[in-house]
Amino acid sequence: MTTLSQRPAAHLSDPRQEEQSQAPAHAHHPDVRLFGLATFLVADGMTFAGFFAAYLTYRAVNPLPVNGEYELELLLPAVNTLVLLVSSLTFHRGSKALMASRMAACRGWLLLTAVLGVAFMAGQMWEYFHLPFGLTDNLFASTFYALTGFHGLHVTLGAMMILIVWWQAGREGYFTAENHFGFAAAELYWHFVDGVWVVLFALLYLL
Amino acid sequence: MTTSALTGSPRRMEPRHMDVQHHTPWHEYFGFSLDHKVIGIQYLVTGFFFYLVGGALAGMIRVELVTPLSDFMARDTYNQVLTLHGTIMIFLWIVPVVNGAFGNYLVPFYVGARDMAFPRLNAVAFWMLPPAGFLLLSSYFIGGAAQSGWTAYPPLSITTPAVGQIIWIVSVLLLGGSSIFGAVNFIATVLKLRRPGLGLFQLPMFCWAMLGTSILVVLATPVLAGALILLSMDIVAGTGFFNPTLGGNAVVYQHLFWFYSHPAVYIMVLPAFGLVSEILPIHARKPLFGYRSMIYSILGIVFLGLIVWAHHMFTSGTPPWMRLFFTIATAIIAVPTGIKFFNWLATLWQGKLALNSALLFCAGFIFNFVFGGITGVALAQVPFDVHVHDTYFVVAHFHYIVFGGTVFVIFAAIYHWFPKISGRLLNEHLGRFHCLLSFLGFNICFFPQHWLGLNGMPRRVAEYDPQFQLINQISSVGALLLAISTLPFLINVVWSLWKGAPAGDNPWRACTAEWLTSSPPPVENWLHEAPLVTEPYDYGSAEDAMPVTTVQGRELWSAGR
Repeated sequence: MTTLSQRPAAHLSDPRQEEQSQAPAHAHHPDVRLFGLATFLVADGMTFAGFFAAYLTYRAVNPLPVNGEYELELLLPAVNTLVLLVSSLTFHRGSKALMASRMAACRGWLLLTAVLGVAFMAGQMWEYFHLPFGLTDNLFASTFYALTGFHGLHVTLGAMMILIVWWQAGREGYFTAENHFGFAAAELYWHFVDGVWVVLFALLYLL
Repeated sequence: MTTSALTGSPRRMEPRHMDVQHHTPWHEYFGFSLDHKVIGIQYLVTGFFFYLVGGALAGMIRVELVTPLSDFMARDTYNQVLTLHGTIMIFLWIVPVVNGAFGNYLVPFYVGARDMAFPRLNAVAFWMLPPAGFLLLSSYFIGGAAQSGWTAYPPLSITTPAVGQIIWIVSVLLLGGSSIFGAVNFIATVLKLRRPGLGLFQLPMFCWAMLGTSILVVLATPVLAGALILLSMDIVAGTGFFNPTLGGNAVVYQHLFWFYSHPAVYIMVLPAFGLVSEILPIHARKPLFGYRSMIYSILGIVFLGLIVWAHHMFTSGTPPWMRLFFTIATAIIAVPTGIKFFNWLATLWQGKLALNSALLFCAGFIFNFVFGGITGVALAQVPFDVHVHDTYFVVAHFHYIVFGGTVFVIFAAIYHWFPKISGRLLNEHLGRFHCLLSFLGFNICFFPQHWLGLNGMPRRVAEYDPQFQLINQISSVGALLLAISTLPFLINVVWSLWKGAPAGDNPWRACTAEWLTSSPPPVENWLHEAPLVTEPYDYGSAEDAMPVTTVQGRELWSAGR
């Protein structure tokens, strides 16, 4: 009696199987990883949506805290917003270079994207250290740090992902124009993080 | 030609799979297996373990409530016990079992795939479960478990001992993450991994239920995670998001919490609806009535389920417009739910019913859930809700939904799919005895609680007014019956695994794809190509007209591409 574990590829060795290339055999089901990541980013976006909803409710319902400081410096965050938006653009240029198989250019754009991400984080840090309020000063301060901190965590993760992708792109044939899931995933994630920042900037700084 | 599915005589015309019986080595069930069937069983067994733990905690609650005074345990211990009971039953038993166990086991079969879209993510999602569970249980021994109930409302959750509450938050965050990973997997599997030739509107209803559930998980669970992160900052870092004394707003937590936790009811119930839609047609030998309307009902419930959360908060100072909106939205949910129940009754109507354990548990589900649904519509009405809010009426209502509803379906599903999972049939006499005891125990336990609530007995309190003692004792007798009802089930499972009658590949003569392979199925589900089942509920007339061999043979399914 043969057990299946002794012949795990039984269905693959079946000659009829090889003719039916469309059969959903394990070895070659469609690559849906990017779709999965997009689904996960919807979930991640809902976390931000929950935070935003809480923040807007506070703004609408809770009285302004005593000595509450709603006015924020605008110049640095505006520059930072621009930095992040440009970094989305540079990542996109990197993607175009990859499609054209110009790997050196692709790596250059990636590195520039990572540098812009780090610059954004540095700007955030500078702003944190120069703000007139701390985490527990009042409700607005807490909300400000929670929102920007949670987003900053995402930027940090994203910058690390870009550096990893940059390193991988330096290896011969690791990413090709047809096969580059890691690259595409990092790019999708980075655009998501930038998009969230635009909403966050509008709500926290402009509203 | 015998038509009885009860005799257990398998109608196999081809002996093709019996000689390649596959046995997964036992240690694979304790390891990082990527096989969706192994992961499903891991979810089921882990979930059942926590069901026993949560049941023991429920038993402690019912023992405490036999007398009006808190003489069985200290009052803060009682708070811990009821918090653990709620959290374990919801996050470690019902959600992982209806989603993780049956979803993982069945969905790849139904879409004609060899595994889930992301097997590794699937295993990671499961292995977040045991640590979270044991973390939660261990909190009782490290300074006491959380005391603020499964809702963890501030300011209660901020003022009760912090260690237990923080462990509770970490545990629930882990379980929520596991749930989100699972949902991402289900969405990708149902939408992207279908066998070529299999359309969305040819899928068994359980796939649609899992799709709807997973959409809810993806949209709602992260909001709970966000709320818990803010809550933990309130406890640990001294912020005041939900702390009124620091200028915060406790009601915002309630909004965020219920934005997840109302959909969570559907996350627990929609997969059960899907399982019932699979089980009933097979044992009634009739096609599922109203296939399309079932799908639209699921989608309607998903949409409406996201916009009814504030009906849990009618006593939280909600403004009148909000009360009006959420009352109406909640009442409207009864429409798609009602459609589903009418369709199930129409499926049973004039069917050749096999009154076996699976069907009887489904019947119990229909009875209990309809009753819970009626009290649910009543609770959606503000004047009534304000009267019975935070009383035992609410406790009775949601136990009719999640216990009388979902848990009954879980047992129906175990009786139905145990032959496929193990290759052996469960004992029907013990099964029907289990069903009878469960039904009696459940209704004796929870029906009187409606009366307690209407007369003003508050929930979540270890002590109560002596006038309620007799009814509480009746309720506790029901709980004892429920506890006893688990024994025939456990004996049945252990005995049948060891000595049960061989089930054969397809003991219920079912059409769906998991039955068109050996029992238990081989590693990649089918030895040959995946069968194409475009008519998953093709029972009844067609079956009477043609020999059973045709219904069972693969030619019917491999022809239609």
